[in-house]
Amino acid sequence: MSARIEATGLAVGYGHRPIVEGLNFSLQPGELLVLIGTNGSGKSTLLKTLAGLVAAQSGDVNVLGAAPGTQHSLVGYLPQHPVSSHTLPLRVEDVVAMGRYAHLGLTRRARGEDHRTVQESMERTGAIAYKSRPLRDLSGGQQQRTHLAQVLARRADVLLLDEPTAGLDLVGRQAVAELVAQERARGVAVVMATHELSDADTADMVMLLAQRVVSQGSPTTALTDAALRECFGFTQPH
Amino acid sequence: MGNFFFGPFVDNEFLRQSLYAGILVSAICAVAGTFVVLRGLAFTGDALAHGVVPGVAAALLFGFSGVLGAAIGAGVMMSGVSVVTRRYRLSGDTAIGLLFVGMLALGVIIQSRSESFAGDLTNILFGEVLGVSNSDLMWQFIALVAVCVVAWLCRRPFLLLSVDDGLTETSGFSVKKYHNIMLAMVALTVVASFQTVGTLLVLGLLIAPAATGALFARRIGIMMVVAAVVGIFSTYVGLLVSYHANVAAGASIVFCSVLVFTACAVVVEVQRWQAHRKDIHHDHDQPHVHGHVHVS
Repeated sequence: MSARIEATGLAVGYGHRPIVEGLNFSLQPGELLVLIGTNGSGKSTLLKTLAGLVAAQSGDVNVLGAAPGTQHSLVGYLPQHPVSSHTLPLRVEDVVAMGRYAHLGLTRRARGEDHRTVQESMERTGAIAYKSRPLRDLSGGQQQRTHLAQVLARRADVLLLDEPTAGLDLVGRQAVAELVAQERARGVAVVMATHELSDADTADMVMLLAQRVVSQGSPTTALTDAALRECFGFTQPH
Repeated sequence: MGNFFFGPFVDNEFLRQSLYAGILVSAICAVAGTFVVLRGLAFTGDALAHGVVPGVAAALLFGFSGVLGAAIGAGVMMSGVSVVTRRYRLSGDTAIGLLFVGMLALGVIIQSRSESFAGDLTNILFGEVLGVSNSDLMWQFIALVAVCVVAWLCRRPFLLLSVDDGLTETSGFSVKKYHNIMLAMVALTVVASFQTVGTLLVLGLLIAPAATGALFARRIGIMMVVAAVVGIFSTYVGLLVSYHANVAAGASIVFCSVLVFTACAVVVEVQRWQAHRKDIHHDHDQPHVHGHVHVS
């Protein structure tokens, strides 16, 4: 089976300044790569590079066999702080439906399959309970569930999730873990940035970042006390 | 009584023409203004409105079409904002502010060469709503159709741009391309509207009705309809006030639209306050719902 994402000697950053260099990894269908690190460690920049929003500075990277940012309908990206304008008069179901725009393009009308996917995505995240409410009236956690549903509605082969559990309570975090597991079961490769070490428990690969790769491998080999101390300055309890 | 409200429009053809122009401009501004409000382009819209001043001034001085002059001015403004922001790494509002005052100053300099400097400048800045011709109406109708077609065709990228640039790009729509199309739509709106309410006041009709729509609407289409209704109502009331009180028509229309927004914002705030009070009372009456413990 061909790799969903492949990076060799990849350097990511803004302008002429690389934030992280020498990234090497390969992600197969159904695999989960968890990125852990402090703020500014390069997690979000790597995700943006994979999404095609930031150009790679050097090295090789391909997503689904092509350059990042070229297979829009097959890659879902959840940014760190999805903008939820206070003035935006959009209902939850309209926001989730925007996840289908990559498939619909400029002019194609939404069909039964599109409506079903949107409905199903809202059911999976629980956003169905407030689907007719305006996004601006919702709590941070409810907005996060809405944005997650939007990403799921794309029915992508690769998911790039930047801190998907931010703003969620314990139940919400468990729900995200379940959603990720379901997506992996259908062959989706997932790259997830997080501050929660527990999010890495089921990962196939963990990358500990601190403007460089501190450690990389399975959760047990990457999250050693020494690596965590080097990354955060102290050892975090699991 | 009916004569007070409708008589001026029945008796005076020029006022009737103004009403038709106001209705068309309100509809154009409702569509374009909705995206201006959602994407947060109010300052850009204002700059585009002032960017047309030198073009119109040059048209008046050299005797070519004011609409053509306005279109050239808006085009220069759009390009300038784009270049200054991209090349010189200035923030968008700094770039827009620089070009804003630069274009306005250039407009006043050009206009100062005219023999009827004050009168022409006043017409450019505050409009000539009572001097609308049939060809003006035709041009505004064509602009309305063009703006509606662009907004409908680009509704998906425009909506995505209103939420997040990253989401727009990862959905397969170029941020740069559709942002520029949106700016061109706003520029067309300004060019089609400035004769009616003037370059200084066109922003009022772009922003106030759409902002009123945003207070109530839960869908973009409804927001546009509310904006159009508010704009048309403001045009009617503004013209009526202008007729009976003998005050400036364009300014009356825009001031009325801002008053409507203020009144609606107060209503929304009162409703929120009442809903909040209701919630507090509900919590107080049913403490067990949230597991509160009352100690007496």
